[in-house]
Amino acid sequence: MVATQQTIDKVKEVTSSYKYGFITELEAEKAPLGLSEEIVKFISNKKKEPKWLLDWRLKAYKKWLTLDEPNWAMVNFPKIDFQDIYYYSAPKTKPKLNSLDEVDPELLKTYEKLGIPIKEQEALAGVAVDYVFDSVSVATTFREKLADEGIIFCPISEAVQNYPDLVKKYIGSVIPIGDNYYAALNSAVFTDGSFVFVPKGVKCPMELSTYFRINEQNSGQFERTLIIVEDNAYVSYLEGCTAPQRDENQLHAAVVELVAMDDAEIKYSTVQNWYPGDKDGKGGIYNFVTKRGNCLGKRSKISWTQVETGSAITWKYPSCVLKGDNSVGEFYSVAVANNAQQADTGTKMIHIGKNTKSTIISKGISAGKAQNTYRGQVQIQKNAMGSRNFTQCDSLLIGNQCGAHTVPYINQHTPSARVEHEATTSKISEDQLFYCLQRGLDSEQATSLIVNGFCKEVMKELPMEFAVEAQKLIGISLEGSVG
Amino acid sequence: MSLLEIKNAHLKLDDKNILNGVSLSVNKGEVHAIMGPNGSGKSTLSYMLAGRDGYELEEGEILLDGISLSEMEADERARSGLFLAFQYPVELPGVGGMSFLREAVNSRRKFLGEEELDHLGFVKEARKEASKMYVKDEMLKRAVNVGFSGGEKKRFEILQMAMLKPKVSILDETDSGLDVDALKIVSDGVNAQRNNDNAIVVITHYQRLLDYIVPDFVHILSDGIIIKSGGPELALEVEKNGYSGLINAA
Ligand SMILES: Nc1ncnc2c1ncn2[C@@H]1O[C@H](COP(=O)(O)OP(=O)(O)OP(=O)(O)O)[C@@H](O)[C@H]1O
Ligand SMILES: [Mg+2]
Repeated sequence: MVATQQTIDKVKEVTSSYKYGFITELEAEKAPLGLSEEIVKFISNKKKEPKWLLDWRLKAYKKWLTLDEPNWAMVNFPKIDFQDIYYYSAPKTKPKLNSLDEVDPELLKTYEKLGIPIKEQEALAGVAVDYVFDSVSVATTFREKLADEGIIFCPISEAVQNYPDLVKKYIGSVIPIGDNYYAALNSAVFTDGSFVFVPKGVKCPMELSTYFRINEQNSGQFERTLIIVEDNAYVSYLEGCTAPQRDENQLHAAVVELVAMDDAEIKYSTVQNWYPGDKDGKGGIYNFVTKRGNCLGKRSKISWTQVETGSAITWKYPSCVLKGDNSVGEFYSVAVANNAQQADTGTKMIHIGKNTKSTIISKGISAGKAQNTYRGQVQIQKNAMGSRNFTQCDSLLIGNQCGAHTVPYINQHTPSARVEHEATTSKISEDQLFYCLQRGLDSEQATSLIVNGFCKEVMKELPMEFAVEAQKLIGISLEGSVG
Repeated sequence: MSLLEIKNAHLKLDDKNILNGVSLSVNKGEVHAIMGPNGSGKSTLSYMLAGRDGYELEEGEILLDGISLSEMEADERARSGLFLAFQYPVELPGVGGMSFLREAVNSRRKFLGEEELDHLGFVKEARKEASKMYVKDEMLKRAVNVGFSGGEKKRFEILQMAMLKPKVSILDETDSGLDVDALKIVSDGVNAQRNNDNAIVVITHYQRLLDYIVPDFVHILSDGIIIKSGGPELALEVEKNGYSGLINAA
């Protein structure tokens, strides 16, 4: 891949200023277009990273060059031009719009239905705002409280500076830089994300939410999150936001790594509601995420719970590597695809330790012309004696033009293990709709109620407030899907 | 003015004539019973009134409290005060009974311009009504109609009726599948709701129900048309002689 002339000029400009120590004053809003070794260096320089991290990024970049985009997922989209993307923008780029009047009225309607205050609406829609976010001050007190318990919760860029040993030890330990095309890309160019460390014996007293993370603007495109929970410790982490978020970047490729030691537990909940695009999927976000948890310790437990309603394309398989004996992996998922959305999502459960247990509950809802695929792998390795997996995979179709697909892969190398797979496909029946209408519910309420009933087993895994919002969200994302 | 007025209702399903000119006037405070052989169009009539998709009138008119229902969707009709207790109540997996009731009641209240009930107020009200129908709290936590016994389903229907306080209720074979005790509970529940401002239409095959819910009028529906109307004694006649005599006479 050849860097464009623009890139080369820009990098020259930057690196020469750096030589003279002007880097701190330099307010380049964006790195030049495209991706090259120079851009990787540019990002690392901008973030004043230690050499080991720059080397790590460069290694990832070189690996990326040798990889091909995966093409096995059931999603269709025009080829992405990776040289036509900006890989770094300073946190303070000016919002594009001047007032809410310029925002897509459909989006505003949705905000209203979700009951989002005007100020937050402005921020979400990318309108210029001149007040300081309340959340910044909230976040500061929040972090102090956590620090008292010895918990670290900060942007990963800050962790690189303040806790380099921890970051160095664990980054890429769960998802190696060459794991897949998008993970390699993320490793080369990640901008920011969360870092969480919970020390031995500490149960984190509150849900950690990305909402409280300072400095997250513009880190959304190539986010990198690392969560480490030591022996006997616990954390519940919430990612995302029910409000539909617009982003000028179409491609998102996040990486999330979790590490759980002996008797540790991590609960990771996501509500993903990126802009799905218009009715034909135009302008929607492509979301290619790699998420994996390592149950390293004995009796450790990692649960992924996700509610996926947004994005034009979702490519996402939060997985668990069950190394520790008696460790437990769980995956609870609701994926809604409406209109032209395409979702290919599922999980991998890799049983390595003895008596490891995994549970997969996947609920896929398709409406409009959407395609929704569950793809799951359960692997029971040689030494995983007495291990068990239970998979339940249900699809609900709304209308006749959408599709649901289930693709289970099961590799079992131990006779003493037990793997169970159940799958169902159903439709919202006319009888059910009529019954609800006859009780005075309108067809949107009725659909929302029936769909939320269908998802109940997953929704009950979400933290309470999150669940209430997610329920509303599911209703809203299916609006107009029933005549 | 009648509370419910059906004028010359004609309806086809799949090109088959099912209703062939049904006319019926129901006044405030009245209870009407509709009897008739299997397949005579009783459930069809109830679906037509409730506004089910595909059950649009070919000809004729229906008025609820003087307002034409023809242009209204099923949910609007329900909010306006039309209630149908289903012959076969529908299962809603994962949808908790209590939340379902709350959504339904709040939709109706909103329509009436009444304030929506808060969570606690609602639960209290629902439990009170439920205990009258011998519906246990535990049942309200379960998914609507899922795994309910036949009798439980019917009791849950009447509980909904009690909560929604409709103007006109149509009870389609609410007595079928009930044991003797449940029949009494359900009938008591229905009778408790009779007042001078509402009306009830019960569809049944059995005179026995009409011992409990005593109707003011009995109508015999045959082949999609009411062939005879009368007082409670008409039901006794059906019980004794069956429909054939009536149908042949018509
Ligand atoms: N979609 C349809 N297309 C054609 N015919 C239909 C359709 N649905 C129902 N029918 C017919 O309409 C007639 C009336 O049915 P309906 O269910 O109204 O009878 P009913 O009086 O309620 O009978 P029962 O006493 O057995 O409950 C029956 O002959 C039935 O087979
Ligand atoms: Mg019937």
